[in-house]
Amino acid sequence: MKGDSHNLARRLRSFATFYFPLFTVSIAMSTKSIARRVVLLVLFACALGARGATAIDIGVVDALAFGDSDERSAAIAKLVDEADPRAIALLEALGSGDLQTAGKRVLIVKGKDAFDAVTGERVSPLPPVREDVVANNRVRREIAGALGVLKLLSTERAVRLGATKALALSSDDAPLPSVKKALERESDDEIKAILVSIIASAGLKSDIVEERIAAVRALEHSSNPQTRTLLVQLLEKKSDGTYAEPDEGVRGAASISLRTVENRLAWGERVGLVFASLSLGSVLLLAALGLAITYGLMGVINMAHGELMMIGAYATYVVQNAFKVYAPEWFAWYLVLAVPIAFVASALVGMVLERTVIRHLYGRPLETLLATWGISLLLIQGVRTLFGAQNVQVENPSWMSGGIAILSNVVLPWNRIFIVLFAALVLVAIWLLLTRTRLGLFVRGVTQNRPMASCVGVATARVDTLAFGVGSGIAGLGGCALSQIGNVGPDLGQSYIVDSFMVVVLGGVGQLAGTVYAALGLGFVNKLIESWSGAVVAKIAVLVFIIIFIQKRPQGLFAFKGRAQEA
Amino acid sequence: MRALLTRLYGTRGWTAIGVCIVLLCVAMPLANLVATPGSAFHVSDYFVTLAGKIMCYAMVAVALDLVWGYAGILSLGHGLFFALGGYAMGMYLMRSIGTDGHYQTELPDFMVFLDWKQLPWQWWNTDQFWWAMILVVAVPGLLAYAFGYFAFRSRIKGVYFSIITQALTYAAMLLFFRNETGFGGNNGFTDFKRIVGFAIARPETRMSLSILTGLALIATLLIARTIVTSRFGRVLTAIRDAESRVMFCGYDTSRYKLFVWTLSATLCGIAGALYVPQVGIINPSEMSPANSIEIAIWVAVGGRGTLIGAVLGAGLVNGAKSVFTVLMPEYWLYVLGLLFIVVTLYLPNGIVGWITEKIGWRGGDSRMASKVGIAGVRPQQTPPVAGETAR
Amino acid sequence: MSTAMQSYEGGSVSVDVNFSHIALPGLDASHGAVLYLDDITVSFDGFRALNKLSLMIETGELRCVIGPNGAGKTTMMDVITGRTRPDAGSAFFGQTIDLRRFNEADIAKAGIGRKFQKPTIFEHHTVFENLELAMKSDKRVRRTLLTRMNGDEHSRIDETLTLIRLSDSRQRIAGLLSHGQKQWLEIGMLLIQEPKLLLLDEPVAGMTDEETERTAELFLSLAGKHSLVVVEHDMAFVASIARKVTVLHEGSVLAEGPLATVQNDERVIEVYLGR
Repeated sequence: MKGDSHNLARRLRSFATFYFPLFTVSIAMSTKSIARRVVLLVLFACALGARGATAIDIGVVDALAFGDSDERSAAIAKLVDEADPRAIALLEALGSGDLQTAGKRVLIVKGKDAFDAVTGERVSPLPPVREDVVANNRVRREIAGALGVLKLLSTERAVRLGATKALALSSDDAPLPSVKKALERESDDEIKAILVSIIASAGLKSDIVEERIAAVRALEHSSNPQTRTLLVQLLEKKSDGTYAEPDEGVRGAASISLRTVENRLAWGERVGLVFASLSLGSVLLLAALGLAITYGLMGVINMAHGELMMIGAYATYVVQNAFKVYAPEWFAWYLVLAVPIAFVASALVGMVLERTVIRHLYGRPLETLLATWGISLLLIQGVRTLFGAQNVQVENPSWMSGGIAILSNVVLPWNRIFIVLFAALVLVAIWLLLTRTRLGLFVRGVTQNRPMASCVGVATARVDTLAFGVGSGIAGLGGCALSQIGNVGPDLGQSYIVDSFMVVVLGGVGQLAGTVYAALGLGFVNKLIESWSGAVVAKIAVLVFIIIFIQKRPQGLFAFKGRAQEA
Repeated sequence: MRALLTRLYGTRGWTAIGVCIVLLCVAMPLANLVATPGSAFHVSDYFVTLAGKIMCYAMVAVALDLVWGYAGILSLGHGLFFALGGYAMGMYLMRSIGTDGHYQTELPDFMVFLDWKQLPWQWWNTDQFWWAMILVVAVPGLLAYAFGYFAFRSRIKGVYFSIITQALTYAAMLLFFRNETGFGGNNGFTDFKRIVGFAIARPETRMSLSILTGLALIATLLIARTIVTSRFGRVLTAIRDAESRVMFCGYDTSRYKLFVWTLSATLCGIAGALYVPQVGIINPSEMSPANSIEIAIWVAVGGRGTLIGAVLGAGLVNGAKSVFTVLMPEYWLYVLGLLFIVVTLYLPNGIVGWITEKIGWRGGDSRMASKVGIAGVRPQQTPPVAGETAR
Repeated sequence: MSTAMQSYEGGSVSVDVNFSHIALPGLDASHGAVLYLDDITVSFDGFRALNKLSLMIETGELRCVIGPNGAGKTTMMDVITGRTRPDAGSAFFGQTIDLRRFNEADIAKAGIGRKFQKPTIFEHHTVFENLELAMKSDKRVRRTLLTRMNGDEHSRIDETLTLIRLSDSRQRIAGLLSHGQKQWLEIGMLLIQEPKLLLLDEPVAGMTDEETERTAELFLSLAGKHSLVVVEHDMAFVASIARKVTVLHEGSVLAEGPLATVQNDERVIEVYLGR
């Protein structure tokens, strides 16, 4: 009993992690930890980039290596003052404990390699006697601050951008003189804009009203999500009833700027919402397209449809592993092979099922439902036996990771973009298959009038098998796509079966266009409600909505009204 | 009265029921409570609880057979009604814990854990047994009535109806998983201490619950039998076979379906209420679609439209499940999966239908099994028609 | 519970008690008419199944309706029996019952019986039970749960069994009857409902010549007591019973009158023989 509930909870969680959140469209990533991570990343990049530069003032290096805390502070301040980007590696090494001394010599040691801290030359062999340079917390803090500023002056645009963003997101006071210096030197518009808003944020703390007003106006152009908080804070009342910002002029300017900023952020959120809806819609579409053929056209209630998707996902997993072992240099392109193999694997399983079980149950939908449910149990347990009950790891190829930032607070992940494109592609393929090929013609003919199709020489049994195979294969494609954005485990299909049936039912049986509209519509409604009230409520609301909708329009959104059938 | 008795069962049937009652009320308590452990006649507590549990399942199976076997309505959401009855009983049991819980407060532990200060409105009066009993019947009944009212009025039937009931139970499961719903979220209710004053873990209490379940099962069976042998029952099977003809005969079929549907749901609720104190836990996984669809296979294994087949099927499948989950748990899903396939392909009328066919025993509604097929099982292959399933 | 159920569709249960409360505009023209269809239009996604169809059946009349496939015969029956709601036009049963306002069950209770093209009987019930279910009686949920059959009902079923010549098969499972017997059973089920108007869709399809002949006799004997609308393709059968024939084409009435007149109508010939 307990096991059951755990199992279910796990299933639900795995479902939720990938289904509900806004698909990692990172709206307002304002946490400090992210900022810190960005800094570290940047540091690492710099440490590599700055290696081998020309000499740094030896006095400064000595002070850092041998001096006491005060001398070190002075040295750090000097490095920052000189704004020498080459000091980055040195400071980074001191911060991370890679700085060592060998007699009078100061070395930056990276594993087995060592570089002279002053000249940047490689030192080999390593001097046998070395001592670690230990920095205390105060010095570390100063190093971190100094590095942040020095990054602003780096020669690499990406490093500067990362550092600027990190600085903008951090809630510490910005080192204004350095930022201003960086702004003077900066040529890149994007970085400039961020620097301006950093200076403006700092300007809010000025004692002079005019400076504060100027700062508030400058913030209007900021697209940093924190700006909103800053501005809102100005307009808030303190507990004693006075405003946080005493001057009315500043408050007025602030409320104008706030409106502008909020507008812009709202746009970002809207774009994010639309994309998330599109993304969920295309996932639903991929799950439902196969069903649109097997259920919509052929009238077969296939409860194992989700498991056919799971097979597609596992086929992708197997192909990925094969590439890792046999052709690691081609790993980035494993999907090219995985897509057809996922299709074929699921199609074959589907065709075997049609031949052995489903064929004997045509015209008996309730029995088909039960039998295919049994099949789904067999497939799930089969996969557990073969691959284990745990989720397996399917990696994105490198070109699918990351995303494009289209607005400051919206990042569209590449894998989501590819899923949307892939769904569109599959849709077009099915449409072509049904309308432009002989098989499509036969399928439509057989489903509309079987005896007549049989009379004109169509091998109806073979058409059934092939059509079911195609529907199953499309499920496999869906599974392959899902493996790129979510967990792959034996329960993968279970999460989709209710949803994909809902899509087909809502869209109207036998209606490809209806399926598309229903999938996208459900995706949108789901995301919309989710943005108000959370994922689970959204899910429930959508299900209840469909239940009510079906009562009103049992034939679905787009089905044709026809003559009432006899009996 | 006499006429009613003979209408329900023949002499053999009534004798069998009498034997069952004696076994249940005399033999089982003696074997469990009086016989010493280790003796050949001893029956363990585990068995008593297992029997009680399976009899609860059998009640649900009979309830489903009533709507599926007779009216042709396949519900994939009966687990929801079962769970709702269970939750209603669970609320009472949680309140009965009193201050004996982990946190020793009047509030159930999970509410203390969630830092709630008072009972949510759903819990009003749940410390009263009689109110809990009303909820056990009323909550599943009203939900089924409301759902059925709209569904049957809109003429939703067949697979459409099945899928929507599945979505219903799925939505309910998601709802009950939320802590905010006020029913213990993921973990549901457990750690019950007592029921109407008796310690819930005592063998005597367990025995009484088991006997009570057995009697409830027999009552369910008799009620169902009364219904299916009445003209109402004949109308139901007529609806199953040719609904529009029934309508053109002047019957408002949606009311017939609504009645039997609501009745079936309340029977499930009662079964759930008996189930929870025996197994000692209720959580949202009882509402999972997989659980509900499993009920259908119990009925299918035993034989649809026979009532007794539902009891038989529930007993056999769950008995087998108990054995498998102890001996080789990893194979149970294979067995269950195969059961679904084999029964639908080769045993369309279930075990009872198969026996009827072999022995030629004529009784119940399985008389037609060999010739015309039952419950819409057409012996010949009929081609699928686009959109046919939608109606 | 049952009271709640009885009232859930408004007061529509009480149709066969009193109709005077229903306001009926402009109905008086049809003295003695049992069925009155006026300007009925039904379209399915742009396709007009019925196009301003007007039809009047008089009390006790036996009317044959013929027409090529797709002429709208079945849709017309659907409209009369409450299965399909017309998009426009009015449909009245007797002087006062607006057929558009009631569902199938209520219309059946009010006295319209319908036989389907394909014989539709309860295949898993016995012949006797088929008639029991169809018999005019209180068809509400509670009554059917508690009712027991009385002697009067028994004898009514016996009479009907004799009429449809199935007395020897009363305990047979209806699914095992021959096609012709099924047709007769369905007709018997209609008669035992005691309808005022019978709609019969191809009643003699699949019958032997002898059975067809007997059916013709039966219908002729029913006319007068009941009103009958017979849709049939078998022109010999139509000729043997028809007094007045209506020809449907593309959803409206093409011609109406005695069979001989209709058969000589040029437009009818054109429709049947092609242009």
